[in-house]
Amino acid sequence: MVTDQQSTMELQSKVPAGPLPEKWSRHKFALKLVNPSNKRKYDIIVVGTGLAGASAAASLAELGYNVKAFCFQDSPRRAHSIAAQGGINAAKNYQNDGDSVFRLFYDTIKGGDYRAREGNVHRLAEVSVNIIDQCVAQGVPFAREYGGLLANRSFGGAQVSRTFYARGQTGQQLLLGAYSALSRQVANGKVKLFPRTEMLDLVVEGGKARGIITRNLVTGKIESHSGHAVLLCTGGYGNVFYLSTNAMGSNVTAAWRAHKHGALMANPCFTQIHPTCIPVKGDYQSKLTLMSESLRNDGRVWVPKSKEDAQKIQKGQMKATDLKEEDRDYFLERRYPSFGNLVPRDVASRNAKYVCDEGRGVSKTGLAVYLDFADAIKRDGKKTIEAKYGNLFEMYYKIVDENPYETPMMIYPAVHYTMGGLWVDYNLMTSIPGLYALGEANFSDHGANRLGASALMQGLADGYFVIPYTVGDYLATIGPADKVSVDSPAFKQAEKRVSDQVQRLLAIKGTKPVDEFHRALGLIMWDYCGMSRTAEGLKKAKGMIQDLKKEFWTNVRVMGDNEEMNQALENAGRVADFIELGELMVDDALNREESCGGHFREEHQTEDGEALRNDEEYAYVAAWEYTGENQPEVLHKEELVFENVKLTQRSYK
Amino acid sequence: MKVNLKVWRQKNNNAAGKLVEYGLDNISPDMSFLEMIDVLNGELTRKGDEPIVFDHDCREGICGMCSMYIDGRAHGPQTGATTCQLHMRSFNDGDTIVVEPWRARAFPVIKDLMVDRTAFDRIVQAGGYVSVNTGSAPDANEITIPRTIADEAMDAAQCIGCGACVAACKNASAMLFVAAKVSHMAVLPQGQAERSIRAERMVAQMDAEGFGACSFTGACSVECPKSISLDHIARMNREYLGAKLTSENV
Repeated sequence: MVTDQQSTMELQSKVPAGPLPEKWSRHKFALKLVNPSNKRKYDIIVVGTGLAGASAAASLAELGYNVKAFCFQDSPRRAHSIAAQGGINAAKNYQNDGDSVFRLFYDTIKGGDYRAREGNVHRLAEVSVNIIDQCVAQGVPFAREYGGLLANRSFGGAQVSRTFYARGQTGQQLLLGAYSALSRQVANGKVKLFPRTEMLDLVVEGGKARGIITRNLVTGKIESHSGHAVLLCTGGYGNVFYLSTNAMGSNVTAAWRAHKHGALMANPCFTQIHPTCIPVKGDYQSKLTLMSESLRNDGRVWVPKSKEDAQKIQKGQMKATDLKEEDRDYFLERRYPSFGNLVPRDVASRNAKYVCDEGRGVSKTGLAVYLDFADAIKRDGKKTIEAKYGNLFEMYYKIVDENPYETPMMIYPAVHYTMGGLWVDYNLMTSIPGLYALGEANFSDHGANRLGASALMQGLADGYFVIPYTVGDYLATIGPADKVSVDSPAFKQAEKRVSDQVQRLLAIKGTKPVDEFHRALGLIMWDYCGMSRTAEGLKKAKGMIQDLKKEFWTNVRVMGDNEEMNQALENAGRVADFIELGELMVDDALNREESCGGHFREEHQTEDGEALRNDEEYAYVAAWEYTGENQPEVLHKEELVFENVKLTQRSYK
Repeated sequence: MKVNLKVWRQKNNNAAGKLVEYGLDNISPDMSFLEMIDVLNGELTRKGDEPIVFDHDCREGICGMCSMYIDGRAHGPQTGATTCQLHMRSFNDGDTIVVEPWRARAFPVIKDLMVDRTAFDRIVQAGGYVSVNTGSAPDANEITIPRTIADEAMDAAQCIGCGACVAACKNASAMLFVAAKVSHMAVLPQGQAERSIRAERMVAQMDAEGFGACSFTGACSVECPKSISLDHIARMNREYLGAKLTSENV
């Protein structure tokens, strides 16, 4: 692929000056506006229709822009935001328990282990309250109290109750809300939908993003789409681990191909391993299922105190319920008395790994811990627990074939979310002018660890309340005439690059199916770039990934043709990109000589095994620049400035 | 365990399809049904045959993408579950399992087990929304909704749009899908302003897409992975009748 080299790039975060609570309002006033009658002269491309994409596409169309929205699924309603269970945070303080915009900001910055931008996070907390209003107005059926007002629950990493929810299907209901707003704009003719269409390249010309090249997944047709701005709302790259809680189709391709054109990739090693997932059963496993973190509100996490008891359980000679109270180790409550089972995700995951590494894990594999509801059922009654978690218990039962009302659930950490992503400035613009990244696809708000119920908040904040302001500033600056035709050489060359790659994949005709490469990559990433990392392991992983890449391009077997529905071909392109991303993640993890949030380097820990940050040297965003095939990427640093919070070691004890 | 599969293979919408037999050994009862198909696809690819095309994505029963008609039932023998939530322990060693796509005129086959369900999107576009622009909403707690009403709305709103209701219906009717959306919005205060026009438009679009009429057999609700109740169809009929009686479109 061609790169637009910018060797002396300087990263401008564009976070406005001024007191933190006034930054966003001042910035909004400073942004240029597009006259209402001129908005119809601009075309905006939105890739991905999850919370960020659907909310952005709908809101921009409402303003009067012409929007083209793309998704690889058969309908925009199926984007993976739909699977989010637990809830969405907002600083409404409806519970009168001391919440505020500043507290949500503070919890998020601290939860992210001080590796996020203050300005972005404060804005997120500010607009969180508008999101709930918007969703309720759309008809999202949030949980209610008997008096008819909205209900809240608490979530990991916070000591206030600020999470809004719709049973265990909050993501579904929020996405269907955004999808309904999007559908309304499709009916109005302001959004043109392209389902079953995958973005395979970005077109950059004259230093600006000009459009995208897509493949129609049903016919194989390679097509060009031109726009004044391109919004990547394409989610995270958790599937680089093969096994994750992401949907099977979630991929990094759109972001990665933009990266190859000069969009910097920031903090790619910051991945979140979620503590409460259903453990792996066998090597045929295709994905992992998350059990909402909200379960930790009432469930108690434990393993046997002794290795001997654990072994008996692993061999099936003993059941969880046989173990006496004094023989159980409620390790989160023991180590973190003030937060207990509600410690943030990275802490909960790492501790589960420790007890399993000690040989005290349960299930056949020894890679699981218990999440026990017996006490909660005794205290509140089965009915109450059923009302709160009924659908989750049912889901667990369907997968594991055990009844969690009677025997403790088994859980183990799994890859869930990626905090890293395309580098963006305060306007959500990447390092390529005109190219934006929203939601999980960008890196900006969660630092090194995301708190529960914050992903939905960020996706909708970006789409409903940030991009409608910031994109206008860019469009007003360039003017409607600054657009490149799909007949131009830039588009034609990009189309050729895409179809060449497709043909190359089909022509290898090797011996191994795509999935085998994906599984192999996943294992490397999980073993060496997963819950804990070492320099030695990372170096080894780098070599293994390079070997895998060579083997992929000589030995992958993709059956069928381009001119038809060909899922193996789709996957082959995605896995090729995951392999390259995997190598960058390893580089990033090697570079970051500290432990913070989800990035735990064994060389850097406190005496009692907690993450040890190095604020002196690493309080920066690591933004990587692609410099060419098999060339080392160049690191650019954006120093993080903290004016409103004091950097302390996170303590949840 | 061992299974014998008969899978619908169809090159594209214009080609004729047929059931093709495949045998599989060494299937774990803990595998999901889709993981079993993954194993088969791996074997087919290694042998140089084209893998079976099927829709799937989240594999946790919420995206609504998976859509297999297994042994004559939408999403297979379990109730209240999608295909991806079905595990091989629901079958016996040595079983013959027949796998087909959704069959409905309004859901044309794309390839093998994959069908085109964009008709559902067009029905929602016809009126399955509250017309509220971003930024114009009042404070969320200004709209109070009794808990029972919120629960009723949620029962309907949890439809995943998979199309099992259509596949299960002898008339290939989309009534349960449409009713779930109409009912969700009809019971909520936010949905009142467009209540009549929504029912009229969504039903009209449903008819235009070529879905059959409802004869109230209830198969849709039985096969619905979210067990959405027939009550919502009753409510939609009332909504539609009321809308037509007072309609400005004569």
